[in-house]
Amino acid sequence: MNTSSETARSTISLPDGVEIPTGALEVRSYWQNVFQRLRRDPVTVTCLVIVLLIILMAIFAPYLAPADPYKASMLKRLAAIGTAGYPLGADELGRDMLSRLIYGGRISLLMGIIPVFVALFVGGTMGVIAGFVGGRTNMLIMRLMDVFYAFPSIMLAIAISGALGAGIGNGLLALTLVFIPPITRIAESVTTQVRSFDFVEAARASGAGSWTIIRVHVLSNVLGPVFIYATSLVSVGIIIASGLSFLGLGVSPPAADWGLMLSTLRQSIYVNPMVCALPGVMIFITSLCFNLMSDGLRSAMDVRL
Amino acid sequence: MFRYIIQRIIYSIPIALGVTVIVFSLVYLGPGDPLDAVLPDDATAADVQEIKELYGFDKPLPVQYAIWLGRAVTGDLGTSIGTGQPVTDGLKRAVVNTLILAFFASIFGFTIASVLGIVAGYHHGRWADKVVSTLAITGVSVPNYWLAIVLIIIFSVELNWLPSLGMGPGESAAWTLDWAHMRHMILPMIGVSIISMGIIARSMRAAVAEILNQEFVQTLRSKGLMERQVLRHVVKNAAPTVMAVTGLQIGNLMGGSILIETIFAWPGTGFLLNEAIFRRDLPVLQGTILVLAMFFVTVNLIVDVMQTSVDPRIRRD
Repeated sequence: MNTSSETARSTISLPDGVEIPTGALEVRSYWQNVFQRLRRDPVTVTCLVIVLLIILMAIFAPYLAPADPYKASMLKRLAAIGTAGYPLGADELGRDMLSRLIYGGRISLLMGIIPVFVALFVGGTMGVIAGFVGGRTNMLIMRLMDVFYAFPSIMLAIAISGALGAGIGNGLLALTLVFIPPITRIAESVTTQVRSFDFVEAARASGAGSWTIIRVHVLSNVLGPVFIYATSLVSVGIIIASGLSFLGLGVSPPAADWGLMLSTLRQSIYVNPMVCALPGVMIFITSLCFNLMSDGLRSAMDVRL
Repeated sequence: MFRYIIQRIIYSIPIALGVTVIVFSLVYLGPGDPLDAVLPDDATAADVQEIKELYGFDKPLPVQYAIWLGRAVTGDLGTSIGTGQPVTDGLKRAVVNTLILAFFASIFGFTIASVLGIVAGYHHGRWADKVVSTLAITGVSVPNYWLAIVLIIIFSVELNWLPSLGMGPGESAAWTLDWAHMRHMILPMIGVSIISMGIIARSMRAAVAEILNQEFVQTLRSKGLMERQVLRHVVKNAAPTVMAVTGLQIGNLMGGSILIETIFAWPGTGFLLNEAIFRRDLPVLQGTILVLAMFFVTVNLIVDVMQTSVDPRIRRD
């Protein structure tokens, strides 16, 4: 919960110049506590750094990639790891794997992160409305979410993008629809809890309008938990998004995307298994780091869902 | 209890109907007219009109939905655009094959996850817990389709121990419970269950650790019960939570098998869906999703009732 950030004061000065030491009274702010806990958690910090590096790698791909990710070479098809000029080998068309892996993060990360953010906005809004207004509005919104919940997430994503057809836009839309229900649920349950707290009652008693209460009291308490929950969805998003590409529902060749690369290289596992497994390693590392980071932030921020 | 079951069934009806609405609208999500795929290129306007009337596409959407739903309830899911056969023909066998895989995968996943989760929860904070927690988060984060490929590389390509394609030796359609068929089951089973395994192990660990902290455990110990008996009480109390998670996971397991079946050429619903997506065979896509989703709704209903019979405190009224 939100605590005011009081500065630590180790002495109290009395008017007549006497200072009373109060060593034990040091008050740390909420965020200071969070950082304190994070500092003692090397796993979370490491994952945070890896995630940042992967994101930076995707953004600056054109500057980092040693070769053109689309330049094919018949002679270098499925070259082994460590071949001169091809540090991580080459794919089935002889394109440099390292460069393709660097570029491949762009689409995978976009497809994993954007839907979660859109869903965070839409689902969060619906959840807060459902939780705050209650009654029939709550019933209507939450029953609608129950219907979407009746589909396993990956199946819903495949069904929607299968019906819409291949393409990044359709994949983004499908993933967003998949993430709205769980975020709405979390936002609703946290809002319902917050609404019954005494300070909301007090605010209302002192004449605050609904909008003020939502803005000042509800949002400040709901955003944290919902955001933490959303970060754990990014990992799911990346796995499902790559899965869609794997089924041929995401981007189309020759684009460099981890899921699509894994799918096309699958035919070559008898020739060069190590190279074929590489795109999956990238998906795995990214999703693992997002998961561990989300777990660490959750315990550092003391959020219980 | 009986009244509760009836209540739950009644509560599931609107959800099931909602599911049918979503599945029905899938066909209208896509670009173009759903008839484009069946119409020949040189069809005249009169032909189009005739076919529209034949398929009932000339009626307003709610009427179309009602007709579609009526047919679906009686087991008529339309005709496959790819094969010209009724959708239900291919679907029946695919569903059975998926269920066979899902059955073994869920038993396998649930058993291992429970044992690991109990061990971790019991030794909370110690090395056994750390090992299991690491394994569990790895299981949750691993893309199962990639793991499946890695398993094939290790056990089929490099070691040549296990087969990587199909449900069994030869082309015979009948599946029997013997070693020849089980050899084909091992890799897909691991691939399908890995994510659920991680999730179930994590929730079992959390539930056991939390219950061990409750006062009644202290009472049991001070009564002089052996640790084994204490653990039995703890597991019994953790069961409802874990059952709820497992119920949800059975659905995810079947959803996740879409990718795994494609990799192992397992002739189930996933394989069927993949083909339907590739050919844009929307009736097959629609029918398969409908059956899977209905199955999932039923599983959740059963889990909910079972959960309540184990622990009446969590009754949802």
